[in-house]
Amino acid sequence: MAAESAVAPVLEQLETGLEIGRREIAVTRSDLVRYAGASGDFNPIHWNNDFAVAVELPGVIAHGMFTMGAAVQLVVDWAGNPGAVVDYQTRFTKPVPVADTTGTDEPGAILEIVGTVGALDAEARTARIDLTVTSAGQRVLTKAQAVVRLG
Amino acid sequence: MAINPDLQGRVYPPAEVYDVAREKIREFARAVKAEHPAHYDVDAAQSLGYADVVAPPSFAIIVAQRADAQLIADPESGIDFSRVVHAEQRFTHHRPIVAGDRLTAELHVDQVRAMGGGAMITTRAEIASEAGERVATTTSSILVRGEGQ
Repeated sequence: MAAESAVAPVLEQLETGLEIGRREIAVTRSDLVRYAGASGDFNPIHWNNDFAVAVELPGVIAHGMFTMGAAVQLVVDWAGNPGAVVDYQTRFTKPVPVADTTGTDEPGAILEIVGTVGALDAEARTARIDLTVTSAGQRVLTKAQAVVRLG
Repeated sequence: MAINPDLQGRVYPPAEVYDVAREKIREFARAVKAEHPAHYDVDAAQSLGYADVVAPPSFAIIVAQRADAQLIADPESGIDFSRVVHAEQRFTHHRPIVAGDRLTAELHVDQVRAMGGGAMITTRAEIASEAGERVATTTSSILVRGEGQ
């Protein structure tokens, strides 16, 4: 388990443009099967290559909701409280193709996530964290924004 | 088959209740690589003031996609699920979801827009407790790709 933030973020100590953190997430086909089972989204484009190609995709792609759900963990750990994320939205701009690396230690794709303070609302006591999410050098999410309620 | 433009404005009333189980929250948290202890450990969740383990911010997608399934399965909709691509998603939490919640979802088809040979469909699920307390509002836009899109 990751440690919670030692000190919860305080609105008065934040400013727009401040980076809250960054991380890389390795993704495998096995992760997509796990997400399919956990979420109930069994669309075969996320686990069957032939099917994905037949519907004119480059191959198996990650669930957009997997990418969205994994990317926000940077914000949850920074806030120190999963329930502090009161609003979270994104657009899915580019698919994330995940190569079949079964039987190796290699990831099938890597997500790179950077979070910065996009806006502060002193009255509502919230911070909007803007996430930059890229894979293989391409932005895969746009307008990925999480609104966090601060103490 | 073309998307039925008359879908816009349609409301699907809540179907069966979704029982939020502790193990489902843990399973979903692992699946999105969440590490916060409040997803896994009841004591950790209670120390933050929650009654039980708390769901990750995108957990409500399970309830929302069950509601969306009613629309996709509706023979009048004309949606080919294999050509559906998720375009946009938003979660607004009126309060966090915790284990033990019993949730219902009312699905609203807010917008149907023709795009090339396909269509962009925006749905909104109003998720509430069985007692009627508002829990979350989720908005999804899906692109149903036409041939060659």
